[in-house]
Amino acid sequence: MEFLDYESLRFIWWALVGILLIGFAIMDGFDLGVAMVHPFIGRNDGERRVLMNSIGPTWDGNQVWLILGAGAVLAAWPTVYAVAFSGLYAALLIVLFSLFLRPVAIDYRSKLENSTWRSFWDWSLFVSGVVPALIFGVTFGNLLQGVPFHFDDTMRSFYTGTLAELLNPFALLVGLVSVSMLVMQGASFLMIKTEAPIYQRAAVTAKISALLTVILFVVAGYWVASGIDGYQVVSGLSHNGPSNPLLKEVSMVTGSWMNNFQSAPALWIVPALAVIGALAVIVIRRDGLRFIASGISVAGVVATAGVAMFPFVLPSSTHPAQSLTMWDGSSSEQTLYLMLIAALIFVPLILAYTAWVFRVLRGRVTVAHIRENDHAVY
Amino acid sequence: MDALIDVSRLQFAFTALTHFLFVPLTLGLSLMLVTMESLYVITNKQIYKDMTRFWGKLFAINFAMGVVTGLTMEFQFGTNWAYYSHYVGDIFGVPLAIEGMMAFFLESTFVGLFFFGWDRLSKGKHLMVTSLVAFGSNLSALWILIANGWMQHPVGMTFNPDTMRTELSSFSELLFNPVAQVKFLHTLSAGYLTGAVFVLAISAWYMLRGRDLEFARRSFAVAAGFGLVVSVSAIMLGDESGYHVAEYQPEKMAAIEAEWETEPAPAAFTVVGFPDEATKTTHMAIQIPGALGLIGTRSLDKQVPGVVNLIEENEGRIRDGMIAWSALREMRKGDKSDETRALFDAHQDNLGHALLLKKYTDDVATASDEQIQQAARDTVPAVAPMFWTFRIMVAIGMGLFLLMLWSFIAARKGGLEQRRGLLWIALLALPLPWVAAELGWFVAEFGRQPWTIYGILPTHLSASSLSFDEVKNSLIAFALMYSSLFAVEMFLMVKYARLGPSSLHTGRYHFES
Repeated sequence: MEFLDYESLRFIWWALVGILLIGFAIMDGFDLGVAMVHPFIGRNDGERRVLMNSIGPTWDGNQVWLILGAGAVLAAWPTVYAVAFSGLYAALLIVLFSLFLRPVAIDYRSKLENSTWRSFWDWSLFVSGVVPALIFGVTFGNLLQGVPFHFDDTMRSFYTGTLAELLNPFALLVGLVSVSMLVMQGASFLMIKTEAPIYQRAAVTAKISALLTVILFVVAGYWVASGIDGYQVVSGLSHNGPSNPLLKEVSMVTGSWMNNFQSAPALWIVPALAVIGALAVIVIRRDGLRFIASGISVAGVVATAGVAMFPFVLPSSTHPAQSLTMWDGSSSEQTLYLMLIAALIFVPLILAYTAWVFRVLRGRVTVAHIRENDHAVY
Repeated sequence: MDALIDVSRLQFAFTALTHFLFVPLTLGLSLMLVTMESLYVITNKQIYKDMTRFWGKLFAINFAMGVVTGLTMEFQFGTNWAYYSHYVGDIFGVPLAIEGMMAFFLESTFVGLFFFGWDRLSKGKHLMVTSLVAFGSNLSALWILIANGWMQHPVGMTFNPDTMRTELSSFSELLFNPVAQVKFLHTLSAGYLTGAVFVLAISAWYMLRGRDLEFARRSFAVAAGFGLVVSVSAIMLGDESGYHVAEYQPEKMAAIEAEWETEPAPAAFTVVGFPDEATKTTHMAIQIPGALGLIGTRSLDKQVPGVVNLIEENEGRIRDGMIAWSALREMRKGDKSDETRALFDAHQDNLGHALLLKKYTDDVATASDEQIQQAARDTVPAVAPMFWTFRIMVAIGMGLFLLMLWSFIAARKGGLEQRRGLLWIALLALPLPWVAAELGWFVAEFGRQPWTIYGILPTHLSASSLSFDEVKNSLIAFALMYSSLFAVEMFLMVKYARLGPSSLHTGRYHFES
């Protein structure tokens, strides 16, 4: 443990949680995207089954990025997990209930011939895509604004906001960034997995959503710079001390989320990737490359929020001094160290076998294939 | 406050018990699929591939619901048990996150390939994929039970007054927690048994209907052989688990056995009777002299402590813990002196017991004698529910062992279709492993009350600061959502079980000829 001090471990875990979130946005992002466009791009039963089967064998593995993300936040930032999940109770339950629909929609839809049954599950799949995509974005919007919470002297947390406050205009804008970015991701994925006429519809969708992503992202960025109070640590924050978030002082100044970009201009590359990736989706003609560009854009969008807020992960709007940062909201040194070893072993392994599974399942899904394997596919 | 705790507990119980309807079958069936597919790879007989694919279809219907209900569990510690997450997340989060990385990813990534890889993979590779799915779900259970075992018997940790939480001090103690190891094997065996009874019962039904006989006979035989082995292991590990309960959770043991007062060793075992909490006696008790002492302590001279004596002992621990609590409060206020720290260290083992007083007073340090006695009484869970659920679980375990033994002998002798009595019993036994599993959960978790972390953190402190209405509404929503989805699941399960191997559309089975 000597070569890695507590401070470095905390920084590494900030990056790792970010990587897990980006992993979720890229991998499960295209499942959510396909779910959102499913009833529109699929115009008849055969086409809808093509869409469903394009993600059918792999969505479950992708969803684990979300589950691992939650588990990793619990292990690496227990207090953040406690405050965020209980504070944003209603929003999280809405996400949860819509995600409930996905496994059953995919697995059960084609098990009966009845068209009402199938249509019900088609729209359930749509809900399971659009609601989480929107709410995850709304949550990020609220993190940027700060969340109304505080602690008592035993570190019990209290949330004093309401669901309606979560759905404020800025947060909804960030929600739309998330929706359009994941539609872009889903449509780009469909262009790898399908043939005409679905392919053409996905191409149009990818172009429009990529353009929208750029516009909404830039507008949101402008809003952050000019109209949102950023949080800055003024004093009292130890990078190596015990995780006690009650010892520092914090100021709130409009536009100060841009400070990190000013002090380290190289960081501008992060939002630049978000924009360039999405623009590349519009012009690139090779399907594989386009999907990679979309993934880079998604990663850039998520990372932009993280970099702007660094070192904050959960600012408190009512008690700014009690905000949680990656320096004072983390687990103990021992736990971070242990979890890092686990991540170094397992994350590369996960990436390797996920790649193998996608390789085995490569190729486009066609309506003819669905008809031939009517009883074996979704 | 109390109403909030009750409704939060009810929501956790409901969502966990529902999740636990699907988990045992996933564990059991995944391993049976490996068995069937191995037979296919070894013998090259098409029927074994058909068996793997058909039982795999039922596996998929169940698996989807396991995923749905499992998602809730990963979020619920944060949404509904925020103080718990803060207080023990440093330790409890570790097995949960490792479970995600090591096990859940494996299972979920390969499960799609199990269904869609038949034409894309060689026989050997497909069997490897099936094995990885089974391996992943088993590993998943391992880490979850390490987490749960730690809640039952917390080890490898220290309390940090600066962060106001417990922190990990030894990963190996967490990993090799004896309670976790035994619980894991017992739960796993129970899951395997569920898979075996499932296949046994449905195969028996096909034989009763005189259809798909060859398919049903072979499935029945695989299930009986597999089930016989795992029922023995479920019972033996259950006994081992009981031994650990006696050692680490004497309050739970006393409640299970309705052991009101410490008897001279070896204590008698009460087979049945009617425990009465008010008079602290068991009416119409049928007892076997000496048996409890033997089972609980594996000796003739060690005592099994009784309810009354435990409450008395815990009263002392609460008073001792109050000293730690006062010292902690001074330290949180900024007192950094060595004396206060030393005082805290000397009494901190009983800090958790002092926290039990929080249910009755905000100011733990000045609790009255009456409040202390109330808190001490809470340390033993309600006796009658523990006594009965435990006995029904054990009876089902024994009964299923006998069923598996009978089925195994019958399958070896042949002529299964004529043994209608056995086939009917096998069919009617279908719900029993689920009943036993849910009761087992109840014994373990209700029996842990009043703690979430045994001896460390009381349940009534663990919950989030939500309003009663928020949790009540979410519980109603869970109830509606889960029961609708469960109804759909059962409808499809019954439909596909009735259809049988004809659902594969190979042209070889009952409804296709």
